[in-house]
Amino acid sequence: MLADALLLQLGYNATLVAIGACLLGIASGVAGTFLFLRKRALVSDAISHATLPGVGLAFVIMVAMGGEGRSLLGLLLGAGVSAAIGLLCVQWLTRRTRLGEDAAIGAVLSVFFGFGVVMLTVIQTMNAGRQAGLESFLLGSTAGMLRGDAILLAASAAAVLALVLILRRPLALAAFDPGYAEATGWSLPRIDLAMMGIVLVVTVVGLKVVGLILIVALLIVPAVTARFWTERADHVVIIAGIVGGLSGFVGAAVSATAPALPTGPIVVLVGFGIFLFSLLFSPRRGVLASVLTHLRYQRRVHVRQGLLALAQGQPIYETLTQRLLTRAGLILPDGVPTAEGQAAASKALLDETRWAIVRGDQAYALAATRYDGLTPIETVLTPDQLIEIDTKISAPEVVA
Amino acid sequence: MNLTLVTDRDTDQAVRAASPLAVRGMTVSYGQTPAIFSVDMTLRAGAMTAIVGPNGAGKSTLLKAALGVITPLAGSVTVFGGTMADMRDRIAYVPQRASVDWDFPVRVIDVVMMGMYRQLGLLGRVRGRHRALARDCLDRVGMADFAHRQIGQLSGGQQQRVFLARALAQEADIYVLDEPFAGVDAATEKAIVAVLQGLRDAGKTVLAVHHDLATVPDYFDDVVLLNTQVVAAGPVADTFTEDNLNAAYGGRLTTARADPESVAG
Repeated sequence: MLADALLLQLGYNATLVAIGACLLGIASGVAGTFLFLRKRALVSDAISHATLPGVGLAFVIMVAMGGEGRSLLGLLLGAGVSAAIGLLCVQWLTRRTRLGEDAAIGAVLSVFFGFGVVMLTVIQTMNAGRQAGLESFLLGSTAGMLRGDAILLAASAAAVLALVLILRRPLALAAFDPGYAEATGWSLPRIDLAMMGIVLVVTVVGLKVVGLILIVALLIVPAVTARFWTERADHVVIIAGIVGGLSGFVGAAVSATAPALPTGPIVVLVGFGIFLFSLLFSPRRGVLASVLTHLRYQRRVHVRQGLLALAQGQPIYETLTQRLLTRAGLILPDGVPTAEGQAAASKALLDETRWAIVRGDQAYALAATRYDGLTPIETVLTPDQLIEIDTKISAPEVVA
Repeated sequence: MNLTLVTDRDTDQAVRAASPLAVRGMTVSYGQTPAIFSVDMTLRAGAMTAIVGPNGAGKSTLLKAALGVITPLAGSVTVFGGTMADMRDRIAYVPQRASVDWDFPVRVIDVVMMGMYRQLGLLGRVRGRHRALARDCLDRVGMADFAHRQIGQLSGGQQQRVFLARALAQEADIYVLDEPFAGVDAATEKAIVAVLQGLRDAGKTVLAVHHDLATVPDYFDDVVLLNTQVVAAGPVADTFTEDNLNAAYGGRLTTARADPESVAG
């Protein structure tokens, strides 16, 4: 059943939904990346919640003009306008008052959302228009997705990708170093406006699929996930697009396998699954990798400290140090060093003595910055330099 | 009376036209307290100028206002006699190292390429000569081997060199640096000074906020002593005097100055 769904064998509507969700995932992953890199991820929460009063008002206006109030384009237009007003409120509060962006987001988000809920409640009691289904903007609904909806998603996704391609340089520059961007003549307010505009488009067209509460997840989770796998901003954008598209497609396919599985939440959960996997298993930034790196480092430190203690004839107190040295065959269980251990210990001591001279000599200032207590000095200095250092070790004895 | 006024204005016009960067009557205020007040500053072409003053004197603020990063309450800036908007491409900028997120996913070479974004525009293709210039700029600051490292893996001094390489990639005539020697190792300081003096010797103009009074006479030609207002400005030999420093730093001079012997005058 799931295989059928993934291969688009579950009928026309399921196929439309899967393609639509995939396109939305790609667009939101790409658009959300710059929001995440600019550290303004939560602005998307304000934008999405601010769409709700627009949906309600658009419905009322369309009914007042004699229609049924069900035109999707009309409703989305309303959503876009009120989201833009919400966004401008956040910008204005942040720039012109002493409120921080977090407070501005909180205020705008809750007030607009509250107003939207009041609108929807009032609309339920109206005698005109067909109000059933308006609440699907909260959590999304793909059951009645039409070909036109899919085309709208495809066009928006294409527009978002094109805009990001054109604006990639200023967007990256503003995210990394806004001060430098301004000093070299880019207009920061205009770059931010463009970024928010792109996010706004994704949010509005995503309302029908995942709803305004969960669209935030589609904007942020792919970018955060992608960051685990690369150290380059352009690759973060591409990977985020792939993660978003994959979440959309797989999520829609899974939800098509049973009538009770809602598309939007499943898409978000699939995205979360990819995020969780990345968080745990990413080779450089993952939790597992950093635990292993830390443990490996801790062992090297213990072995080094143990060897230095041996070389200076001091006792080793820590059991971890003793265990590591024993296991490496450097000491016997009773703490007496083996021949191998003695050699390693005097090597470690020589290393430390050489480092001490390097760190005290201005001529080696650059090499001295490489000292971390573990790096063997011969990996930093040339054999000739080592010979010169060694003359300084024995020099005082010659004098004596 | 009128005649003198007009002549003064004409003279200043000529002075500003000859200066790479001239600031007049610049006041910037955060809230009701001015950070800098009515500052005049005229850079000499082909000279290295230091902005020196106590903490909170408005040194960084003056730089940012001169570059148009923050909007001043009053004041004007001319660049080679023209407006900042027209002459922007002739100025390269090295911001404070602490001003950016060093965990940002970007490699050293990508940061240097940012210096060419203005020239490349939105859609200009990165060609071989752009990459060659970026590598050359890294080489000049001794960072060629680090081109493909993520910036977070660099030491503070190395990060500062990368910022300088990015400014070099702008191929500008004026180089403006905000605390370039703050928190960097001795080898980096030496390397940066060498690059800046090389620029000066090639006829470029350098302006830097500087915090180490001891090295001012060694590194710089001109100095602007700032404490909200300009206390004194001019060639180091005439301006960097005990009296002027006392006026700029007040009673804090003894703790601020590392080496009293090196003060010229």
